[in-house]
Amino acid sequence: MKTFTLLWLQACGCGGCTMSLLCAESPPLFDQLRWQGIELLWHPALSEASGASVRDLLQRLETGEQPLDLLCVEGAIARGPHGSGNFSRLAGTDRSMLSWVKALAGRARYTLAVGSCAAYGGVSASGGNPSDVSGLQYEGERLGGVLGADYRSAGGLPVINISGCPIHPQWVLETMMSLVRGEMVPEELDALGRPRLFSDHLVHHGCPRNEYYEYKASAQQHSQLGCLMEHLGCMATQAHGDCNIRLWNGEGSCTRGGYACINCTAPEFEEPGYSFLSTPKVAGIPIGLPTDMPKAWFVALSSLSKAATPARLRENAVADHKLVAPKIYTKKKR
Amino acid sequence: MSQRIIGPFSRVEGNLELRLQIEDNRVREARVSSQMYRGFERMLVGRKPQDALVITPRICGICSVSQSVAAASALAILSGATPPPNGELATNLIHGCENLADLLTHFYLFFMPDFANPAYRDEPWYGEAAGRFRALEGEAAAEALRARAELLHLIGLLAGKWPHSLAIQPGGTTRSVDAGERLRLLSILRRFRAFLEKVTFGAPLEALVELDSAGQLQRWSQSPAVAASDMGRFLDLSERLGLSALGKGGGRFMSYGAYPQAGAHLFSSGLFSDALKVLDTEAIAEDVSHSWMRPAPPLHPRNGETQPLADRASAYSWCKAPRLDGQVVEVGALARQLVDGNPLALDLNATEGANVHSRVVMRLWEMARLLLAMEDWADALVPNEPFFRAGLSAPQEGEAVGMVEAARGSLGHWMRVRNGLIDHYQIIAPTSWNFSPRDANGQPGALEQALRDAPVRALDGENPVAVQHIVRSFDPCMACTVH
Repeated sequence: MKTFTLLWLQACGCGGCTMSLLCAESPPLFDQLRWQGIELLWHPALSEASGASVRDLLQRLETGEQPLDLLCVEGAIARGPHGSGNFSRLAGTDRSMLSWVKALAGRARYTLAVGSCAAYGGVSASGGNPSDVSGLQYEGERLGGVLGADYRSAGGLPVINISGCPIHPQWVLETMMSLVRGEMVPEELDALGRPRLFSDHLVHHGCPRNEYYEYKASAQQHSQLGCLMEHLGCMATQAHGDCNIRLWNGEGSCTRGGYACINCTAPEFEEPGYSFLSTPKVAGIPIGLPTDMPKAWFVALSSLSKAATPARLRENAVADHKLVAPKIYTKKKR
Repeated sequence: MSQRIIGPFSRVEGNLELRLQIEDNRVREARVSSQMYRGFERMLVGRKPQDALVITPRICGICSVSQSVAAASALAILSGATPPPNGELATNLIHGCENLADLLTHFYLFFMPDFANPAYRDEPWYGEAAGRFRALEGEAAAEALRARAELLHLIGLLAGKWPHSLAIQPGGTTRSVDAGERLRLLSILRRFRAFLEKVTFGAPLEALVELDSAGQLQRWSQSPAVAASDMGRFLDLSERLGLSALGKGGGRFMSYGAYPQAGAHLFSSGLFSDALKVLDTEAIAEDVSHSWMRPAPPLHPRNGETQPLADRASAYSWCKAPRLDGQVVEVGALARQLVDGNPLALDLNATEGANVHSRVVMRLWEMARLLLAMEDWADALVPNEPFFRAGLSAPQEGEAVGMVEAARGSLGHWMRVRNGLIDHYQIIAPTSWNFSPRDANGQPGALEQALRDAPVRALDGENPVAVQHIVRSFDPCMACTVH
């Protein structure tokens, strides 16, 4: 089988996307790469090679002497101080990650931004951080980033943004698989450069709290079973991701873990403008309602469903374990 | 004397560069450099205190739960929250699971692949060691990854996902478990125990944790099952290569104490040098004389500053240099166990001091001990009792510190709140202690000291393998360091 070469770089990030990737189970990461014919040229956390041999490799890739099919970048790109990029240098090279990423993205057949930091800037871009980070092809919601709005990799695609903080391992591995098979075309990416294989879902889909959502039976505080949207900041009805269908670490997801979806696959999720685990409201109505539903209808339906909430859901919603079990259906006795 | 720069330095977490002065085939002087600045201490200022629970785990994808626990501990003080017993147990389980996964990842993916280094290709054991431990392709990596992923189901169940969970709150955890889920937790732990006992240790966990001297460890390692295990393989290679003579530590060890249980800790806090002493955290100060930071005197983190200054001539790292009473301390599993009075750690330290061998042995030991504790914690959970109790109020004013032990050692978050917003936030991560640059007195950091006299063999090429063993024996995390 023809090999498909992969180089992985870590810029301003926490390494969490790599750590999450190592959680891939069916199949596990190294098997998956091997079966797809992906040759991992170098990964800073996983490869044997250090120092000079890595620097040689980078140089060969930069000159084009060695072809590069896939460049994966994890972490945001620091542009500071003063545009130099020196807040983040690739160790041993005396050269900024900014400069390396620009050079290698110019050679790569495909460029993947792994995680919300690499895609949009992510948490690294929040608050008063002087490092002046950006995503590869987006700075927050704005197209551009360090590679520019017009960037296309040699394979004709913009940067593929596998957003998420962290990524789900399968998002990365299935995107790679689709690239290897030549099936990734521009139409497979959404308006923010995310593969639609995960971004065409909402986190709300498959949430086990959906029954509470239907009746607006809401949790008042952490650890309660009710819907987290009304009071505890949950964005699952607006957040793009299949987190509640695909599940994390065996059987988890944020809402299954009892806390709000903070929409970590979206640009600028790090600056919601309010405190993450509380729902901002106007006149008692959450301001962040589902994006594809008229507000008035939502409000009308909510008040109706609230009036119709079964006692079971009303009681369980504010308890930390089920107080009332569903009724057992029996055929009418004659 | 020749100079050698090693970088990028692979199989550590983050961006590390070493500058070595070499003379007579020995490292004479080492400078350890973090090549990246992150900026979390600045990002947190002006935010609501509870947002630290979202932001700080993202300092590090490998010890995100430790960051969570540190932030939640500080917030608990500020909000008057006290977790119910289930909340404390669940927090310990989630934190223990991350630390256990981390210790495993380090051993199999970061440390052991050094024995597949081509510098060893003429050794009689090379073929077998390389087949088993080679990075990416070694059979051990595949087995360990599978076991790790299955172990992390515990966090999937108790905390939604890993890394970057929000389940740990000042008042406990957001997810209670029912009777069936408690049994699933026990099954996950049992399955991981089977992996450790069969593949990693070749012995019951109980047998490993009972070892109380270097001599006993040596005899234990001769039993056929242990010898055929990965720990057995490590002990054999360690003896052949003399790893207990590599990477001598400075002899002062610190632990903040790990896993609170009803007012006490599973592993106690303290300072250990010749004897155990009470730890005075007021004596902590961060020196920035060799950091790319605006010049300032050594400051206690309560008053610490983070003002990056990229073009400072005297500096060579983004890492600050934390010191305790002006002195260097080593942190990590060995330090934790010395402080806790562990007989095996004390004996290893008394005979050979801190070194590559003793650091790795105590990490393996801790995996066994931690899993035993986790089984007890899961057993002690009471379904249908609360896991969370809300605090009295959101923090408005005050300052607090959250101190925990990550797998790599002591982690502290110092937080100050004014008018309901974070006014000051300083973090000292384990790797900042171990990988700090020099201080104003020219005193090298813990790794810089441990690298002194490391042998550089003719065969080694550009990257001396002894240096790699020493660096990885500390299991550095550079992302945390430069927060």
